[in-house]
Amino acid sequence: MKLLHDTYLMFSANMRHILKSPLFIFINMFQPLMYLILYMPLLGGLGSVPGFTEGNTANVFIPGLLVMQAIFGCAFVGFALIDEIRSGVIQRYLVTPVSRSAIILGKVLRDVVILLAQCILITLAALPFGLTLNAVGFGLSLGLYVLIGAIMACISYAFALIYKVEDSLAPTMNTLTLPLSLLSGIFLPLALAPLWLQYLAKINPFSYGVNAARDLFVGNFQSSNIPIGFLIIGVMAIIVFYWCLYSLKKMAN
Amino acid sequence: MQNDPVIEIKQLQKNFVLKEHGKKQQIKAIRGVDLIVGPGQIFGFLGPNGAGKSTTQKILSTLMRPSGGEVKILGYDLIKQPNKIRQNVGFVSQTGGANLALSGTENLVLQAQLFGIDTPTAKHLAAKVSQRFQMLNYINRPTSTYSGGQKRRLDIALGMIHHPQLLLLDEPTTGLDPQSRAYLWIEIQKLKTEGVTILLTTQYMDEADKLCDTLAIIDHGKIITQGTPDELKRSVGGDTIVFSFPSQTIAHQAKELLNEHVVLERLNITDRSVYLTLKDGERALPDLLRLLDGSELTVQSVTLARPSLDDVFLKYTGRSLRDDESEKQ
Repeated sequence: MKLLHDTYLMFSANMRHILKSPLFIFINMFQPLMYLILYMPLLGGLGSVPGFTEGNTANVFIPGLLVMQAIFGCAFVGFALIDEIRSGVIQRYLVTPVSRSAIILGKVLRDVVILLAQCILITLAALPFGLTLNAVGFGLSLGLYVLIGAIMACISYAFALIYKVEDSLAPTMNTLTLPLSLLSGIFLPLALAPLWLQYLAKINPFSYGVNAARDLFVGNFQSSNIPIGFLIIGVMAIIVFYWCLYSLKKMAN
Repeated sequence: MQNDPVIEIKQLQKNFVLKEHGKKQQIKAIRGVDLIVGPGQIFGFLGPNGAGKSTTQKILSTLMRPSGGEVKILGYDLIKQPNKIRQNVGFVSQTGGANLALSGTENLVLQAQLFGIDTPTAKHLAAKVSQRFQMLNYINRPTSTYSGGQKRRLDIALGMIHHPQLLLLDEPTTGLDPQSRAYLWIEIQKLKTEGVTILLTTQYMDEADKLCDTLAIIDHGKIITQGTPDELKRSVGGDTIVFSFPSQTIAHQAKELLNEHVVLERLNITDRSVYLTLKDGERALPDLLRLLDGSELTVQSVTLARPSLDDVFLKYTGRSLRDDESEKQ
């Protein structure tokens, strides 16, 4: 009960902060929209390669694009936390009896709410490009993006709590996001990749998320990719959350 | 019950591991502090930067874990009952910690809610504390627009909105203009009359002198001495009189003369000035002047100084607090 109450308090304080400058939500969507408009048309010519359904690149590309938004949109949230550490806000929270988990959950929840809005907007923008999605599947796939976003946010916050300076956080997150996104087949299906690359992608938990999202988009509910994707991404989210919580408790020492 | 100590510290230690050029180095920030602070007083930590004042406060606030020793606050064990302590202690760090994107009121209401206070009561408390600290004119503006003095008032309001029994203030007036300092001094004294025990750190001697009932002088992670400001100043000894003479020769002659005829605690000479420390300098001064005059030793100027906390610091550490400050700049 206390955890829920405190999480709600922290979440609403964080949301109030965002709602004072909602433009930020849209600025953050610029990258995926550019990919949608300037990159996806290139894929039209690839209709006959393995992994692509004939004539419908959007159904393959858009789930990947939404995973990309989850990865890149949440990877840099730690910067705001560094600001709060420097101005003593986090320390002030820590000397109250507020639940420590709630401090992190309040932030991660805010991040995934923004992500959800962005995912829906991007998908709407993609409809004119020939996207034919399964509504139920799309709704379920939002859960995957939320979990992937939460993973990235927790990693970003954990490093912010460890480094406490921007100089180290930026290169760390850049180094992480590139292999994580490239090795998850977000732009092109990994079926196109040489064997060694496919094996490498199997180590990347996000590749299971992308596979699951693609099956959900077209309503292929029998696919084992879906439970496997949710399981792997879900376990990973729990692990990085506890790592982040540990970093918060160790922060001041 | 009423006279039970608010803070009991036994052999407190804190070590930091610092990584520099890939080498790990252990720094002993606090080396065995023992302290008892009774209720209803303003207790001050006076010391230079890096003495361990802030570190001790961070530990007392539960923000930082000690490396060794025992700490009890209001009878609660620091390690085993941190939430009991958090509920009853307020901590205002040097940086304060107001959320700059939110207004003062939003900050205050959230702060009260974090202590489990329901929303209507939290709003009521926020309004009351805004009035008390005379912040009504600006309290609904974003905190980022506040001046230094306005922000510091909000910081202290945030630290006491839940009516703590112990309030920890880390350098409450550092960097403020004289008016804001004077105002905060009055507010801090008011809190004391309401029964709040206050532990504050300061590098300012005037602040320590004016505000604190009891002082501990802390240096290199240890408490060197403690007592009331008057006790500490008396422990230094008497007053200091400085005579300046037209030449070094005369100064030396004067030194010999004074040494022969007067009971002194200390006598020093630098260049053309003679420093003497003695009890009751005010009363002795006319006699001393007559003595020097009678031997036709012309005195150019005289100053008489009562011992200050800086003298106390000098006596116990061999360094001056002022030296430390100027070194930093």
